[in-house]
Amino acid sequence: MTKPWISLSGIGAFAVLLLGVAPFVLTDHWLNNLGKYCCWAIAAVGIGLAWGRGGMLVMGQGVFFALGAYSMAMHLTLETAGDRIPGFMVLYDPLAPLPAFWEPFRSAGFTLLAIVVLPVVLAGVLGYALFKRRVKGAYFAILTQALAVALAILISSTIRETGGDTGLSDFKYFFGYVLNDPANKLMVYLIAAGLLVVCLLAVWQLYRSRFGELLVATRDAEERVRFLGYDPANVKLVAFVVSALMASIGGAMFVPIVGIITPAEIGAAASIMMIAGVAFGGRASLFGPALGAMAVGWGQSSLGSTWPEGWTYILGLLFVVVILFLPNGLSSLPARIAAARRKPDPQPTPAAPAAAVLEEVRS
Amino acid sequence: MHVDALIAPLLNGSAQGALLLLAALGLSLTFGQMGVINMAHGEFLMIGAFAAYLVQQVITASDLSIPVALPVAFVVAGLFGLLLEVTIIQWMYRRPLDTLLVTVGVGLILQQAALQIFPSQGVPVEKPGWLDGQLNILGYEWPLRQLFTILLATVCVAALSAWLKYTSFGRRIRATVHNRDLAETSGISTRTVDRLTFFTGSGLAGVAGVAASLIGGTNSQMGAQYIIPAFLVVAAGGIGQLKGTIIAAWAVGVALSYFAYWTTGSLAQVLAFILVIVFLQLRPQGLFTVRTRSLA
Repeated sequence: MTKPWISLSGIGAFAVLLLGVAPFVLTDHWLNNLGKYCCWAIAAVGIGLAWGRGGMLVMGQGVFFALGAYSMAMHLTLETAGDRIPGFMVLYDPLAPLPAFWEPFRSAGFTLLAIVVLPVVLAGVLGYALFKRRVKGAYFAILTQALAVALAILISSTIRETGGDTGLSDFKYFFGYVLNDPANKLMVYLIAAGLLVVCLLAVWQLYRSRFGELLVATRDAEERVRFLGYDPANVKLVAFVVSALMASIGGAMFVPIVGIITPAEIGAAASIMMIAGVAFGGRASLFGPALGAMAVGWGQSSLGSTWPEGWTYILGLLFVVVILFLPNGLSSLPARIAAARRKPDPQPTPAAPAAAVLEEVRS
Repeated sequence: MHVDALIAPLLNGSAQGALLLLAALGLSLTFGQMGVINMAHGEFLMIGAFAAYLVQQVITASDLSIPVALPVAFVVAGLFGLLLEVTIIQWMYRRPLDTLLVTVGVGLILQQAALQIFPSQGVPVEKPGWLDGQLNILGYEWPLRQLFTILLATVCVAALSAWLKYTSFGRRIRATVHNRDLAETSGISTRTVDRLTFFTGSGLAGVAGVAASLIGGTNSQMGAQYIIPAFLVVAAGGIGQLKGTIIAAWAVGVALSYFAYWTTGSLAQVLAFILVIVFLQLRPQGLFTVRTRSLA
């Protein structure tokens, strides 16, 4: 925090790697995967802001991820269908009219606006209601998780309107560009990676602003902040809304990159996986959430498909080991090791076994 | 409208509420009394259900196996809870929000283990013959197993509150909740109290699992569907308040049942969730609150 240029050059190096190097060294398949991890990382940056810095355990970011993702998916579905009714709706009833809430998503401008406005409004209303009533801690976590569960159930059960469990897929166009074209795929990836860099810059600026200080103060001693004349509810509200917006942006880019969105991607399990990445990388650090989310995303898509049983165990162990031994994630590891070196005879560091397991996870 | 159209959701909902109450009872003990947020509670419920299945493999007469399974499930799930407390939770009492995440991880591991040990489509738990019948209430044929769930929940609540109120262990638990330091000073081993509370809370999840196995399927996912409703019930009832938990569980069960009657099952869940969230908006501390001097 004292040396802004270190963080800034870190973001710069990250941007060069993602935007400049990755497109040339990775195959199309892996670039597409990296794009997917970027989407999760965007949501994770927001979680880092709300949870790491703000102390609000947001266990339902899937809700906001879904707002962005389904807005985008509805637009792409309509774009693909053209003047006709989307294919999956006709399956159940050949004469089904387009549901009224789909109609505005024909417009590209409205879709982009919805991706930004919907999460801001929902998080604003929800956050205002909850924080003003001083709902916090576990209550807040459980309530947000309950929302994610409720939304996933709602989408699963409205198969005619939202595609249900099969979700929305088979998109052909992305705002006029043919999605199958490798050049356009690269463009979509670059947009996602670019947005991730923008989000990192945004939280970097937030963290070093007075607001960032106030947010950490609210996390650590909410009553003192209140006694100093600030309203902690407003501080938390801003962080929550920004994190919701980031989740929505991540969701919106997830759709053209992955090509499908289902309730499974936004429900309780998905929301918990987003938390896993943030906890793993380091909730309060600048890069921790993004890198952790990418690592967990990579584990999910490589191990999760080749060795699904093992992956669930690793994910479970990740929670236990990281939270128990390394509450500030991998990013706190260098500082811990340095501290252990300086004091030759401290308490036996519990970080060592954690590190061993985490290395295993990474390799 | 016919009378049984009104009475059926009420009776079904009461049974559903009783099941929720059983699932929430252990939570209200561990969360309410100890402040530990145990997301693996649903998996302890699942362990209880699988314990019932295993008991049936030994005692094949289903008339007898369920009464045997109840205490077995209590002890097995309780021992799992004790193991969790000793290995992990005891290091985390000062970080309540982090216990939530750690137990999420434990829950994932237990779910996956159950998926690999037992057939993935789940196992059948046979209902005893004496639960097959129906009771005619104002023209509605009420399944006896729903009555059984309600009776079981009643017995568990009565036993738990009597245990908390009249036994020396119960007094020690209450003393520790009220003032941990003072309790310790007066010679109570708060560590033993913590372990015993956690054992009992987890054991109650096991009992709930037996009841759940008689109503729905027994599979590795069954715990996950109870955990969030159970937490909402505990939160809506007010932390550490048994009577609040009872009323909230019953209200949610009946509301779910009527919503399901008017709309569909999944929409009913969404509506019930929203109802509880709105209710918590009006009363963030739940139905009944303990007055404290804390600022929040």
